[in-house]
Amino acid sequence: MAQPILSQKTSPSAERRASREESVIKLASKSASYIALAAATVLAGAAMADPDEDQLVINGEIEIVTETKAPAHVENFDTIYSGWRFRSDETQAFEIDDFDNPGMLGVEAALDVWATAEGSEGKSCADCHGEPDEMAGARAVYPKWNEEAGEVRTLEMQVNDCRETRMGAEAWKYNARGMTDMVALLSSVSRGMPMNVAIDGPAQSTWEKGKEIYYTRYGQLELSCANCHEDNYGNMIRADHLSQGQTNGFPTYRLKNTKLNSVHDRFKGCIRDTRAHTYAPGSPEFVALELYVASRGNGLSVEGPSVRN
Amino acid sequence: MASGVKPRVKVPKKASAGEAITIKTLISHKMESGQRKDSDGNLIPRSIINHFACTFNGKSVIEVVLEPAISTNPYIEFEATVPETGTFEFTWQDDDGSTYTESKDITVG
Repeated sequence: MAQPILSQKTSPSAERRASREESVIKLASKSASYIALAAATVLAGAAMADPDEDQLVINGEIEIVTETKAPAHVENFDTIYSGWRFRSDETQAFEIDDFDNPGMLGVEAALDVWATAEGSEGKSCADCHGEPDEMAGARAVYPKWNEEAGEVRTLEMQVNDCRETRMGAEAWKYNARGMTDMVALLSSVSRGMPMNVAIDGPAQSTWEKGKEIYYTRYGQLELSCANCHEDNYGNMIRADHLSQGQTNGFPTYRLKNTKLNSVHDRFKGCIRDTRAHTYAPGSPEFVALELYVASRGNGLSVEGPSVRN
Repeated sequence: MASGVKPRVKVPKKASAGEAITIKTLISHKMESGQRKDSDGNLIPRSIINHFACTFNGKSVIEVVLEPAISTNPYIEFEATVPETGTFEFTWQDDDGSTYTESKDITVG
C-alpha cells in the first residue's frame, strides 16, 4: 500500500514546533517554572532544526554566498541554503582554510595532471587552456547545452571529450578518482561565483526530465528527492541533518569515505538509500537530474571542493 | 616509496619573540593499517607514517609516534613559541624506510 507519508508542502519543522508549543501550553497549568523549562527546550529544538547562521569566507578572501533567494522556478521554498549551513561547526571549519580542506589534495593531484601531456596528440590540458585559472566560471554554468553534440553536457563529459578528441587519450571512467579530482580543480577556480545554469532554450527538455526524476518516488521506501530535501530539509533523518541537497559544493570531500565524491556518486548513494536500483553515474538520467538540481541552486556560490560528513 | 606522498606545512613567516604560533602540517599518505584484506582475501601489508618530528634550530619541538589506527592523510597541528629567528625542520618516517622532510624559516622582529 503506497501511503504518501511525507507529502506535506508546508514547512514541517514549523508544524512540529507548533505542536510542541501546544504541549507546552497544556503543561502551563501545572507550574510556572515547568513552562520556562519546556519553552527553553522548544527554542533549543528550533535552533537544531534550521540551518545555522554561520558565514563562510575561504582563506579570508573568497566570500561564499550560502543563503539567497530561491530561483523563480523553485515552487516550494523561498530561500536556498548551501549544505555547508547544515553541518556541525567542526565540519564547517574544514572549509575555511584550504590547508585544512582535504579536498584540496585532489585539486593538487589534478594540477599535476593538468600540465602533463597524454595521448596520441601529445597535448596536456594546459596546452589549450593555459592556467587552470582561465577556466574560472565554467563550473558555475555546467551542466550546459553543447550545440555541436546536441546534448546537455556535464563537466565530466566535457573533460572526456577533450581527452578523446583533442588529446587522443583514453576517456576516464565517469566517476574515477582522477576525473573527480579534475572537476574539483575546475570547481576550485570558480569558487565564489554564483551558480547560473541555463534551463531554457535547448536545455529545457533535459531540465524537465530532471525535474520529473526529482519528484518521482523510487525504491521500496518510495522516496523522491523532494521528500527529504524539499519537505524535510532542516529535520533530522536519524543522525543526519537534512540539507536542501544543493550541488554547489561538489565535488565534495566526505569524511565518511575520505575521498572526493562526484555529484553522480551522491545521487547514486541517495537512490540506493531508498532501496532502489540506481541509474549509473554518467547516465542521461543523472545528467538531467544534475541539471535540474543545479538550477535549484542558481544564486549560491560555487563552493567545491567542499567538506561534508 | 608509497605513491602520492607529499608533505605540506603552514608556518607564519613572522612572529614576535616568545609568541606562541600555530603550526599546521599534513602529509598525503594512504595509511594502510595492515588489518584490511584485498578482494582475494589476502592481507594488505601495513604501510603507514610511523613517526613525525619537528625541530627548531636543531632543538626538538615535538615528536609524535603514529599508530595504524590513524587515518588517511595525517594532519598534525600544534603550537610552538619562537624565541629567535630560525628554521623549523619537519620529518616524517614511512614504514618502508623513506623519510620525507620539509623546512620553513621564520623571522622574529
